[in-house]
Amino acid sequence: MFQIEFGENDDKVVGIDLGTTNSLVAWMNLTKPEVLPGEDGDKLVPSVVSLTTDGAIIAGNAARKELIDHPDRTIYSVKRLMGRGVADVQDELKLFPFRIAEGSDSVIQVRLGEKTFTPPEVSAFVLKQLKKNAEAALGAPVTKAVITVPAYFNDAQRQATRDAGRIAGLEVLRLVNEPTAAALAYGLDKRKEGIIAVYDLGGGTFDISILRLHDGIFEVLATNGDTHLGGDDIDNRLMRIALEDIQSEWKEDISHSGEAVQTLRRDVIAAKEALSFAPVVHLKFSWNGKSYDRELTRELFEGLIKDIVDRTLGPCRDCMKDAGVTPEQIDEVVMVGGSTRIPLVRSAVEVLFRARPHTELNPDEVVALGAAVQAGILSGTVENQLLLDVTPLSLGIEMYGGVVSKLIHRNSTIPASAGEVFTTGVDGQTNVLIHVLQGERELAKDCRSLARFDLKGIPPMPAGMARIEVRFLIDANGILSVTAKDARTGQEQSIEVKPSYGLTDEQVEAMIEASIEHAQEDLDAAQVAMARVDADGILAAVAKAQRDAAYDGLDGEERACIEAAIREVQAVYHSDDHEKIREKIDLLNEVTRGLAETMMNTAVRGALRGTHV
Amino acid sequence: MTADYFAFVGLQPALALDLKDLEKRFLDLSRRYHPDLNARKPAAEREAALEASAILNDAYRTLREPIARAMYLLKREGFDIGEQTTKDVPPELLEEVFELNMALEELKDGDTDALPQIAAARERFLASRNEVDGEIAAKFAEWDAQHSRDTLSAIRGLLNRRKYISNLIEKTNVPD
Repeated sequence: MFQIEFGENDDKVVGIDLGTTNSLVAWMNLTKPEVLPGEDGDKLVPSVVSLTTDGAIIAGNAARKELIDHPDRTIYSVKRLMGRGVADVQDELKLFPFRIAEGSDSVIQVRLGEKTFTPPEVSAFVLKQLKKNAEAALGAPVTKAVITVPAYFNDAQRQATRDAGRIAGLEVLRLVNEPTAAALAYGLDKRKEGIIAVYDLGGGTFDISILRLHDGIFEVLATNGDTHLGGDDIDNRLMRIALEDIQSEWKEDISHSGEAVQTLRRDVIAAKEALSFAPVVHLKFSWNGKSYDRELTRELFEGLIKDIVDRTLGPCRDCMKDAGVTPEQIDEVVMVGGSTRIPLVRSAVEVLFRARPHTELNPDEVVALGAAVQAGILSGTVENQLLLDVTPLSLGIEMYGGVVSKLIHRNSTIPASAGEVFTTGVDGQTNVLIHVLQGERELAKDCRSLARFDLKGIPPMPAGMARIEVRFLIDANGILSVTAKDARTGQEQSIEVKPSYGLTDEQVEAMIEASIEHAQEDLDAAQVAMARVDADGILAAVAKAQRDAAYDGLDGEERACIEAAIREVQAVYHSDDHEKIREKIDLLNEVTRGLAETMMNTAVRGALRGTHV
Repeated sequence: MTADYFAFVGLQPALALDLKDLEKRFLDLSRRYHPDLNARKPAAEREAALEASAILNDAYRTLREPIARAMYLLKREGFDIGEQTTKDVPPELLEEVFELNMALEELKDGDTDALPQIAAARERFLASRNEVDGEIAAKFAEWDAQHSRDTLSAIRGLLNRRKYISNLIEKTNVPD
């Protein structure tokens, strides 16, 4: 009787920040976005995945511990590989211990122990962990999500992120750009009009976006960035110096030991983080009975990283130019990403924009909070707010001679579209190949190849007679789709898409199939979480009833019976068997039935006597 | 794809537009069509909203810039707006262009003495472009009042001239 009914269509949409270093999940708790912690209480889920020696996949904090014990079975910073080909990541491979499997071509395969995975699959393990955390915290299944991406991500990187969501069993309702999500989180809509700059220096990527606010509508004017610039670069620089220093002090090169390097990396990051709050710290590292201790001053640190910080300023100036604003016109500056805790970064931003940046919200959480607000906009719980974002890169097609003809320019508000008419060059030609690229350069070889679209089944006719209208549409996720029709007949034209990087739909489907094998365990975890929420509900209701006059009217045996049933629910509460929890809930419900009826009758009699209820 | 941009934002075809009014129309229609605010509708309506939203954004991008707006209107009125050729070089600029090219050649050979001459040319080109912009604005008003094809022809000529001057300005943008 005290059992609480939950609505059936209570499908919550969560917001996920899938970061290079850490990931978070958040939701809209009535009117306020809130980060959901994992079972260990941590809000940050390290974006680390490990294959244990008994063949299980673990992600998050548990996997981070494996970085030191089993570096060859553990991977971090996989976001750097999303949507990229082997040739693109050669620089990355010098700095990160990615083990690329041979035979990787347009889709990278990374090796964890004896198995290989694509970057979207690895990211999907992180997403599954977040999904699980959210389900446990909310006590309801979570199947829909908004996921954030760096604003400067290209089409292939966005598709790879969406694929990761699908593999994790999430319907990705929207990909949102990280800096714009942050602007939503700051609730800057309270200001009616104004210009906002968002400076986002994360673990692996840098974004700058400039927005204009009009009465709840956030219109992005321009965005710029560098998908290979972030806190990792600072870590790598410190690592190189520490390794050299240790080698000269110990007369020993430890860089071949994955275990030693990961331990040093952890200590270097701790020293870097401490330097944001103290002018002097000690970098301490022990290995094989030897120990190393080096004093680091903030001054020295700032000298070491100045060029990295300076690399963010060029994109900021370009972005202001594209947005058509001067530093004086910018009303607010928002800081996002863990690296913006570094005092040198803050002062550089303050000098450039001539405004004191906002740092009230935790820079690690602000993107996830904004993703939750966007989830609220999509599900209708957040009203009067709307994000109008832009595409970061121009979209074009390769013309004769390898020159790119731009169809949709960068910083165009999305959704955006463009049409182009194609014809045949040779008599009787029945197909036309269209090469689509993204980038600002003039020549196709300098731009990013997205895909080759093959228009097929053109009826044979003299050269130049065919007229195929092709429409390019960039949706609100920043992802391209292409449709074609024969201009003379109006018939849809068939297109075969060969993505240059990334997975085909068939490959993603196969991965979803594979992940269903594990679906049972995932489902069990969700059911346990839901049973616990119900247990919380009935325990609270019974506790309240025990303070009611009706409870005093029960005899000793009845009371003992209820108390015993409460203890039984409590005893199974932490078990992993949701059926057992349900069984005890039902028992408690049964023994409190009489009490509930008495209370109900009292309330009804009160109502009949004309008392206000 | 064939939607009329002016009609889509509820305006009569015109070359001189009130940008504040255009922005308001854009924001109001965004609230109606943006996919985020149509996310819970049935698939067919979501699809239609995506299409409408894309057209709205394309329309706003085109109509808010005077040059893009004029090009769009010319095309809509059946004018050929293909690339101009060298024969369209404004005759009074011919000599100046010749001298500029000489100066740029000298600079390429490392002769920085040409810099002041290039800077002076840049100033003159910027002034010419301002002049052309004034003429274009006058013709916009003229067309809006009378809708004469002769005005549109004149505008097309002015746009070609403007583009030519802009290319020259681009050329003079050399690092000091």
